[in-house]
This record gives sequence, C-alpha cells and structure tokens, in this order.
Amino acid sequence: MTNYEHIQSEYNFAYLDEQTKRMIRRAILKAVAIPGYQVPFAGREMPMPYGWGTGGVQVTAAVLSPNDILKVIDQGSDDTTNAVSIRQFFAKTANVVTTVKTREASIIQTRHRIPETPLSADQILVYQVPIPEPLRFLEPRETETRKMHALEEYGLMHVKLYEDIARHGHIATTYAYPVKVADRYVMDPSPIPKFDNPKMNMSPALQLFGAGREMRIYAIPPYTKVESLDFDDHPFEIQKWDDDCALCGAEESFLDEVILDDQGNRMFVCSDSDFCQERQDDGFRGSANQDDTTHGMEAAQ
Amino acid sequence: MIANKDVLLNVDNLTMMYGERVGCENISFDLWPGEVLGIVGESGSGKSTLLQCISGQSKPTSGTITYDTRIDGKQDLFNDMSESERRFLMRTDWAFVHQNPRDGLRMGVSAGANIGERLMSVGARHYGNIRNTAEEWLGKVEIMAERLDDLPSTFSGGMQQRLQIARNLVTSPRLIFMDEPTGGLDVSVQAKLLDLLRGLVQDLGLSVVIVTHDLAVARLLSHRLMVMQQGQVVETGLTDQVLDDPQHPYTQLLVSSILQA
Repeated sequence: MTNYEHIQSEYNFAYLDEQTKRMIRRAILKAVAIPGYQVPFAGREMPMPYGWGTGGVQVTAAVLSPNDILKVIDQGSDDTTNAVSIRQFFAKTANVVTTVKTREASIIQTRHRIPETPLSADQILVYQVPIPEPLRFLEPRETETRKMHALEEYGLMHVKLYEDIARHGHIATTYAYPVKVADRYVMDPSPIPKFDNPKMNMSPALQLFGAGREMRIYAIPPYTKVESLDFDDHPFEIQKWDDDCALCGAEESFLDEVILDDQGNRMFVCSDSDFCQERQDDGFRGSANQDDTTHGMEAAQ
Repeated sequence: MIANKDVLLNVDNLTMMYGERVGCENISFDLWPGEVLGIVGESGSGKSTLLQCISGQSKPTSGTITYDTRIDGKQDLFNDMSESERRFLMRTDWAFVHQNPRDGLRMGVSAGANIGERLMSVGARHYGNIRNTAEEWLGKVEIMAERLDDLPSTFSGGMQQRLQIARNLVTSPRLIFMDEPTGGLDVSVQAKLLDLLRGLVQDLGLSVVIVTHDLAVARLLSHRLMVMQQGQVVETGLTDQVLDDPQHPYTQLLVSSILQA
C-alpha cells in the first residue's frame, strides 16, 4: 500500500508486456467483430492459479489505461478474496484508481455477477470464464464443437434443456445459462446466474469474456441482442425470491441466503454489495435493518 | 426397368484409396426407393469403407455419389453439396445405424432426449410435442413408455439398438445406412430386431443399405445383394439368386461356410 513508486518501476504497466497486450487486443477486436465467437489467444501464465480469473485479468490488463477506474467483484461482492486480490494486483502493477462504486468505475472485472446498477456506454464489463464452450458437456470433442459453431448446429443445446425438464420438471440450469448472441452464435455467459441474463441483452456497455486456461476470448458489443434459449412451452424465467433484501429492502435484486445460527434462522441480502450499500445510503431499509444500519451489517456478516 | 430419374442413390465408379492401399475400388450401383441392398463380405473387404463414402462421411478418392434430395433434386454429394448440407441430410433424410449402439446414442442423456435430438436439431422447440413424439417412437420399437426418462446405459443391448433405430427414424428419413445392426446381439434378440426392422422398412417404405457379414441377416432383410472381396464387388444380384446359386468362387465359399444348425 505504501511503496508503489518503488514497486511500479519493476513492472510494465498492468503487468503484461506490450506485445502480449497487443496480441490480446487483436483477439478482443476480432471477438467484438464477431459477437459470441470464441477467439483463441495465446494465454499467458499469470501470478495466480487457473480458475481464479487468469483470463479476466489478462483481458483487463489489455484494455486498462492509466486513467481508468477499476472495480472488481466476486459473486457481486467487492470484499471477497478474489476481488480484493485482483484489485490490489492492478493497483500495484498499473497504479490505477480502484473503486467499489459501480457508477464510478470505467472497467468492472466480474466473477459470477452483473452489477444491479445499470451499466452505461462508457463502461467495460470483463468476465472471468472457466469453461467457454457451451456445448462441452454434451460434446467433448473440440473439433466437433467448432464445426457445430461454424455450421450453426445448435440442436444439442436444447437436448440439455430437454434433459433438465425431463428430470426436474422445469429448466433446472440456473447459472451459465446458454444464450444466442446476435441471432448467430450460442455462447456460455460464464457462471453468472440466469437472473443476470436479461441484463446482457442490448446492454450499452461493452462486455468482454476471458478464459485463461482454455485460452479463449469472446465478446458482446454494445447494444447487441442476447437471447436466452428456451422451449415454447417452457419459456426462459429468472429466479425469484419470496423475501426482499433484509438490509435494503430491494425487491428485484439477486439475493444471497445468509445463515444466522444453527436454529434455522436466516436472512436474504443483496448479492451486489455496492448496490445494497447505495440503497441504504439513500435511506432504504430492510426487515433486519430497521433501527441501526451498522447493527444490521454485522448481522449479515 | 423404371426410368433413371427415380433412382434414389446412384454410386458411380467409386474408389477409395488409403494411400497405396485400396479401401474399395470401382464400385457402381443404383439404389431405388423402397429397396434394401445388402453388402456382404469378410472383414477388411471394404464394406464399411464403402458405407462411409456413400453416407457422405469420407470423401472418396474418385467416383461420384448422387442422391435425389427432396428439394433440390439430384445432387452430387461431394461436388454439389456443402458440408453443412451433407450434415443436414444426415440428420433429416438419412439415418445411420451403428453396430455398437454406444456410437450412435448419447449415453449421458435420457432415451427421450436421444429420440428428440434430431427433432430439436431441425428446429422443434415445443417440449411437450417432442416428448410425445419420443414416447410414440419408443412404442414403435417396443420399449415401454415408462423407460422414456431412463438413461440408455440402463438398457439392455437389444433395447439400446432399438433405441438407436427409433432415434434415427424420428425425422422420417428415406434412406438408412446400417453397419452390422445385429452384431453383438444374441440370436433371439437378433431375430426380434430383424423382425422389427423388416416391419419398419415395409411400413415406412424405407430404402436401406445394410452392411453385414451375416448371410442370414442379408437373406431376411435385403432384396438385392452385393458380395465384396478385397475392395471389389465380385458378385451382385437378387438375394435369393446370389445365395442359392452363387457364381463367384468367393461367394460359393461364403455360402458353404454357413454352419447348418
């Protein structure tokens, strides 16, 4: 936190060397040009394990400029390990300003959520993707899935949804719910809950997806049609909760269940911590937060 | 003879080389609608190579394969049609029944999803309808409707093979390729499967190219027979004619080597 000047001299801006960033930017440009298409790129080793956001970090490093304000979330929250370390990583290697406020950020790197606050045209959302191939679990051959994408053979994706309904009576896929981008490519939106799928449709913000281990980058350009796959008689639906957020009283946000004790007591709170805090600052109160704000926060944690 | 325009599948001078080695050589035949053509011969005689070529899965070294498509009329499989059109044909108008049902089924999803896959791949998007069709086809291949949501891995070998047939026939194909469909099944199950196949072929007026080394299967199912040896067709004719009065020494050997029970 202190010796930034000293440390910064030992890193190139945003950790990666310029040639690497150039290579990644080329892949990003191609991905933006062909919405939903997975562009292979020469993924580098990053100083973190695969599965911790190596793909997202490389994309962020390639699009980051010194004037950017960076926000990193993990499961909607700014204060979880993954989010904190990636934020520190860029504060150290790029010396950029970081924030927890969705509205202030120009680049938001995310794992598992899209912020509740609507994004604007001057923002970039970078997703960390574990498995970019939506057809992978049904068709293990890469040669075959590539061919299926090329020839637009997506019947198999519905086989998965069919199987869901046959087993569970409804489409039980709740995260990484397959979407069709710009009426062409079927895409895995990374493990975001299907609650967030509608937010990708016609979003003013640029959305970039990076998969480090699989070495794929794909993108949804601003204002692109993103459609969740479904059946005529089993239409796409997002999750709903019986409760409102116990802290801010939000009715239409994605809620996390928090176990309070071993007596079965629990409460539901917004998964997006910044959104929840902003609402509380604006004076909104939930059931567990009637008297004292700080008290309620402690209960939640 | 029927006029040439009615030929469903025409194979002309087809040769498939694997480097210097011959897969199959100079093979020509016509397949008519509703006809069942048996291809018999020993292992390595080029039966499966031929089947791979005429079903559009591997491009022959030379020769043409012409198929009478429903919409565009006669099309050369490898010169007129793109790969995507061939693959579309493969999951609509054609069917391929593998010897091992595990090659032809998706073992990880239920019987219903297996039957429904072809429907969904051509755009069916109504779960209820897909499921009803799947159930109907399960009945047609004599599998109990209550097994609809079970995984194929819980089925017996014979049931798996019947499921594979249902999965293939659901889009009402006109031409079916079969590669040893009864191999690996015990004799009584074989007999049942053959019975079922014969019924379906007759009811639906299907054209079939069936590869087998089992002369009994060939006699029961096929109208016409092609005998292959070392990549060449050595004898061809009506099934009964070839089997009862074999002319070529190899066919004679083949017929005489059947064990008399």
